[in-house]
Amino acid sequence: MKPVLLWSDALFFLLIAVAVGGAWWGRRQAHLRAGWAQVWTSRRARISAVVLGIFFVIGCVDSLHYRPLLPQEEGKPPAHSVEVLSALDALLMPLKANTEKTYSAPLANELFAKETLDDGSRGFPALKYPGAHVFGTDKVGQDVFYLTLKSIRTGLLIGTLTTLIMLPAAVLLGIVAGYLGGWVDDLIQYLYTTLNSIPGVLLIAASVLMMQVIIDTHPDWFATAAERADARLLALCAILGVTSWTGLCRLLRGETLKLREMEYVQAARAFGVSRLAIMLRHVLPNVMHIVLIAVVMDFSGLVLAEAVLSYVGVGVDPNTISFGTMINAARLELAREPMVWWSLAAAFVFMFAMVLAANLLADAVRDAFDPRAAK
Amino acid sequence: MSLLGVRDLSVAIGALMPVDGVSFEIAPGETFALLGESGCGKSLTALSLMRLLPPAAHIARGEVNFDGRDLFSIPESGMRELRGGGMAMIFQEPATSLNPVMTIGDQIGEVLRLHGGRPGRVSELLEAVGIPDPERRATEYPFQLSGGMKQRAMIAMALAGEPKLLIADEPTTALDVTIQAQVLDLLKDLQRQMGMAMLLITHDLGVVARMADRVGVMHGGRLVEVAEAKAFFRGPSHPYSQRLFAALPENLAKPASQPQDQTLLEVDNLAVHFPIRRGFLQRTVGCIKAVDGVALKVSRGGTLAVVGESGCGKTTAGKAVLHLLPPTAGTVQFAGQAVTTLAPRQMQMVFQDPFGSLNPRLRIGQIIAEGMRAQGVAGEVGALLEQVGLEASMVARYPHEFSGGQRQRIAIARALAVNPQLLVCDEPTSALDVSVQAQILRLLRDLQDSRGLAYLFITHNIAVVDYLAHNVAVMYLGRIVEQGTVDDVLRNARHPYTQALMAAVPRIDGIVGQRLLVPGDPPSPANPPAGCHFQPRCPHALAVCRETYPEATALSGSHAVRCHLFAA
Ligand SMILES: Nc1ncnc2c1ncn2[C@@H]1O[C@H](COP(=O)(O)OP(=O)(O)O)[C@@H](O)[C@H]1O
Ligand code: SF4
Ligand SMILES: [Mg+2]
Repeated sequence: MKPVLLWSDALFFLLIAVAVGGAWWGRRQAHLRAGWAQVWTSRRARISAVVLGIFFVIGCVDSLHYRPLLPQEEGKPPAHSVEVLSALDALLMPLKANTEKTYSAPLANELFAKETLDDGSRGFPALKYPGAHVFGTDKVGQDVFYLTLKSIRTGLLIGTLTTLIMLPAAVLLGIVAGYLGGWVDDLIQYLYTTLNSIPGVLLIAASVLMMQVIIDTHPDWFATAAERADARLLALCAILGVTSWTGLCRLLRGETLKLREMEYVQAARAFGVSRLAIMLRHVLPNVMHIVLIAVVMDFSGLVLAEAVLSYVGVGVDPNTISFGTMINAARLELAREPMVWWSLAAAFVFMFAMVLAANLLADAVRDAFDPRAAK
Repeated sequence: MSLLGVRDLSVAIGALMPVDGVSFEIAPGETFALLGESGCGKSLTALSLMRLLPPAAHIARGEVNFDGRDLFSIPESGMRELRGGGMAMIFQEPATSLNPVMTIGDQIGEVLRLHGGRPGRVSELLEAVGIPDPERRATEYPFQLSGGMKQRAMIAMALAGEPKLLIADEPTTALDVTIQAQVLDLLKDLQRQMGMAMLLITHDLGVVARMADRVGVMHGGRLVEVAEAKAFFRGPSHPYSQRLFAALPENLAKPASQPQDQTLLEVDNLAVHFPIRRGFLQRTVGCIKAVDGVALKVSRGGTLAVVGESGCGKTTAGKAVLHLLPPTAGTVQFAGQAVTTLAPRQMQMVFQDPFGSLNPRLRIGQIIAEGMRAQGVAGEVGALLEQVGLEASMVARYPHEFSGGQRQRIAIARALAVNPQLLVCDEPTSALDVSVQAQILRLLRDLQDSRGLAYLFITHNIAVVDYLAHNVAVMYLGRIVEQGTVDDVLRNARHPYTQALMAAVPRIDGIVGQRLLVPGDPPSPANPPAGCHFQPRCPHALAVCRETYPEATALSGSHAVRCHLFAA
């Protein structure tokens, strides 16, 4: 067995480390502690957090990648499979390995379509693993429950890494534009209004296709198919990040404009405190609640965006298992007669659970941290 | 037989009892003043009379009789009839109590319809509250009216139902003194004409003296004293009322310290103009001359008070002196040296809003140490806190744990941390209650005596000026109209505006003798009147006043005034 650290794994664990570090730091900040304490008074928020927590645990387990050792042949050095598996695959090995020939309904005992059986008559062939597929199997006989569990990591990565990528830009540019004003402000405003006026989908489609070309022309960059798919996933996060920092940036610029006139900022200026120090000590801590709210609110939007983009065909690599690719594949199945509904339903239910939990938590966070929200 | 009888009224919010066993009566046509500092339960008392308590609060016990009816047994539908018809209420903040998307006329018309009045009465009512050109004003929206005008419109709305009792909750607190004088007069006249009783809620002893027949003093949710106004002002009997009187700036012991002759700060011809940008291309179409040629002098260890109504440019001038705002023109000299960039550390500022002037995310220790660190000044935070009357152990706390007065002390300590010689104080006490204000004023005084600090003290409160200042400059629409020693300006005012200002201040001796009320509102600095800026409101205006702005005339060595009446 050989551990593999994909880029997205590294970033995902970095993000979790940052979140844990932030939580540890925030424990000592009275206002943050009070805010979170208020969040946890809501039962809905607690339940949502537990649901999201389960998703995150699945995502983490699914981010521990390795290449299994192939059965050693006589006289040859030990070799590793080119297929990259994750700890989740290892845990779910029976689900992953127990494939059928093609479609079967949830918990069915036989295939979904009639075939010519061994005895020459037409009928439904028996499944190899009858009653084992809770959500049925897809076209190539893969277990749908396994696919949905694998989709979770993709959704989480898109929802969190994108934020990680755009956050520094949004915070830095927003505060700098608001505080310094003048030509810096003009420049930054020009930048984000320009970005904003290009239709997002167009920009994303163009960038993704370009990325795809680059990836395809440099096959030597990637040792395995998993690494290639991972590169495309990260590229998608980056592109989504570039198109989505503008909203938060604008919010932060507005808030900074207001804070700049606050008397404590004026007092600091009267002491000759440097502009950088004022931005760090007086502005940044006082806009943190906006950043927090934006991060939690953006998460669900990004998960949904992935589904839409993959459906349109400019999302993740077709080999990456994600809610979007599942829905895209299910599209054709819906047209079959009788209908194959379970792939779509499973993808939908899991994605819905994730987005709903994120939204409910976001609401509770906003209520607790937004000074304008009714208490 | 009394119109309103309140017996043992108590309001509970959770386990707290912010109004606790309040009893009083109001006779028809009488004015009863409810006096107290912020948070003492005045407003809750008023709201429970209207049965408009916020959802968290409820009436714990007590009964209220209004016009022979038990108020708390009337169903909600009957209350709607009674509100506006039987009793009406006006609030402190005229800006937020009018609906911004309805015209004034529509809003008053709505109340008239509710209480069966003629729609045609709208302009009658507007005229009655002294709004000029009522037909046109009725078609305007609240944002087109000045603060005083809005409060008049509110009063017109309250009167539309011809109430027997008018509840006025701090009706003039948000207004300037000259406007306050107009509105108080108006209320008194209307009350006399309509035979209406009034429950006047206020924290201002001067307003009570001018308006009330009887007074109730509230403290901590209880009514501690009820008395006839005359007797009350002759000698309050409850210790708390006596403390209130003692805290008035006019009753504080007068200064002993004298400034040195040496000039510390000299400001000449200071101007700050804000561009007005309009239209698609944001072209500059004019400017607001917030400060327009101001000259000031502060001597070492002395206090110069800058007085004027809101919007006259006091704050802007103060900030420009420190170069927190870039001046458009003029020079600032500090200790003989020209100040051209951000002010040296020897000048610091104390701001008006004790809640906006401390970063809520920093601890007190960090807040105070910030200036010392930036300037490389050594010092001890704990010792500074003790100097301003706080405890050294408070360094680890956050601002939200402190009251307004304590925060203002922290702000003063922060300014003192870098050993300044001059403090620019921008209305440091106007957000505070009188008793807290007295403590802060005493602190400033003591600091001046012990450290030889000079103050540029910006305020609209004349009584404070008398206590603290050596010299006074009166500002009107960006310019200084009169300047001199405290005695020159406060007791021997010559400029018609200064005289009006002095006369408009409600005095606790209730003397309303030689009052001269100036009509109208201060004009906008974006579009000042031609000639003397005060000319449209001035009772002594001459022909020349409409043409040229008067030059400064020296009346004595210390006293100068800008008015054509005194031009040589
Ligand atoms: N940043 C600004 N931009 C435009 N106008 C301003 C600005 N600051 C103040 N003003 C205007 O300048 C005038 C003076 O304001 P200010 O100095 O705050 O008055 P005061 O402190 O006496 O109440 C007001 O008319 C105000 O509207
Ligand atoms: S100059 Fe004329 S208008 Fe101005 S205050 Fe003097 S008398 Fe009045
Ligand atoms: Mg001001």
